[in-house]
Amino acid sequence: MSAAEHRAVAIGASAGAIQALLQILPALPEDYALPVLVVVHVPPGRRSELTTLFAAKCRVHVCEGEDKQPIEPGTVTFAPPDYHMLVEPGGTISLSADEPVYFSRPSIDVLFESAADAYGPGLVGVVLTGANEDGARGLRAVAEAGGVTLVQDPATAYARAMPQAAVAACRKATVLALGGIVEALLAAGTR
Amino acid sequence: MNDGGMDSEKIEDIEIRLLLEALYRRYHYDFRNYAQASIKRRLRQARERQGIKTFSALQDRILHDPAVAARVVRFLTVQVSDFFRDPSYFKAIREKVVPHLKTYPSLKIWIAGCSAGEELHSFAILFREEGLEDRTLFYATDINQEALDAAARGIYPLDRIAAFTENYRLAGGKASLSDYYTTGYGGAVFDKTLRERVVFSDHSLVTDAVFSEMQLISCRNVMIYFDKPLQDRAVGLFRDSLARGGFLGLGSKESLRFSEHAEAFSEFVREEKIYQRRKV
Ligand SMILES: C[S@@+](CC[C@H](N)C(=O)[O-])C[C@H]1O[C@@H](n2cnc3c(N)ncnc32)[C@H](O)[C@@H]1O
Repeated sequence: MSAAEHRAVAIGASAGAIQALLQILPALPEDYALPVLVVVHVPPGRRSELTTLFAAKCRVHVCEGEDKQPIEPGTVTFAPPDYHMLVEPGGTISLSADEPVYFSRPSIDVLFESAADAYGPGLVGVVLTGANEDGARGLRAVAEAGGVTLVQDPATAYARAMPQAAVAACRKATVLALGGIVEALLAAGTR
Repeated sequence: MNDGGMDSEKIEDIEIRLLLEALYRRYHYDFRNYAQASIKRRLRQARERQGIKTFSALQDRILHDPAVAARVVRFLTVQVSDFFRDPSYFKAIREKVVPHLKTYPSLKIWIAGCSAGEELHSFAILFREEGLEDRTLFYATDINQEALDAAARGIYPLDRIAAFTENYRLAGGKASLSDYYTTGYGGAVFDKTLRERVVFSDHSLVTDAVFSEMQLISCRNVMIYFDKPLQDRAVGLFRDSLARGGFLGLGSKESLRFSEHAEAFSEFVREEKIYQRRKV
């Protein structure tokens, strides 16, 4: 797989997210060729801390998604608290105040489904640790659009339910420990 | 790569365009320039809810059955709101905007996309507590008639009141939220005098025009559903509706940063997305 085929990475994580993302995002080089869109379930109001935390540890640019913001390579964009974050076909972010999905806003499914529509086979979808089922339906949409699907090995996850549900919904997903996910992302997006 | 998959993807997009065109031509609801990703998601849900397989089939139903069209429109106009949603926004209105508003002998305030009235009641309470009520006329507009009717009734389920009360407190409320409602009809019935100086009206930011000169417009979490050109149209409407020095408040993750009318406004309270119409 060459970087040219890939257009974006979408990551979803819930319980245990910060520890898992701390192993992944700081490993990305400054000139990482893909945009990285991330949904983390945290109680409303806490997300700006997340952005600050990762900005201090990452070489790539880190921000919180704003409505109509262009999606840029080499940038990690976290979904803001209390909004769903979607990808528009033109490569910009749009936000939505629609009802929570699985009690969660932002929702991983909502990001993944819209990103699968926008990027098709160019999307790499990653489901990490978590204690609910968000992301399973979204990852299936990524696979159906021809994208790459990666799931954290449930045996290595802080909370297994979410990666387990993702694998059940998307049988062809590649199951990897965090180290393997980092390698796959580097291979997908290093110039 | 699977060609079949690619093709069916494109077909769905064609179908959605045609369906939105049908909705517009037949019923004058114009969702054609709403943000694609959001509208697609809502339409998929509407289609599933109707138990219909394709958007073409849904379009057929919409064209021939106004009741189906009404249900779909209800689905496309998302009704999620709260009293004092983002309390810090209302706190900033109270502490930073109200002192300016107090210098005007009379005020017109527009709550655009008011949903079932949560935001309107929040402003009405805040204006009463700040002694501005008597000089103020509120316009509360939306395109969803059921939401406007609910806003005019001012009755909310009791299970939402705890969250409203907490928001009110965080927003710097001066009394107790319970001073403003009585319980009955299975809900909290907000004091009808809060709505005495409110004009409720069906108005679309997509197809309708300026109707009065305002000192403050609050339009939160409505334009996120629009695409960029449509946002520009709506912000242009706000610019033309605002008195010079008037205020525009947006949702907490919206901004004028990407708007073609950005230069007509200055940032008044940056973190709260409150803008001021430039005086020159
Ligand atoms: C998510 S609600 C926002 C409610 C409230 N302003 C808030 O922030 O809590 C969006 C509202 O915008 C309304 N809306 C959608 N399209 C509109 C349009 N073209 N013109 C006016 N209102 C519209 C919907 O009916 C809905 O009530």
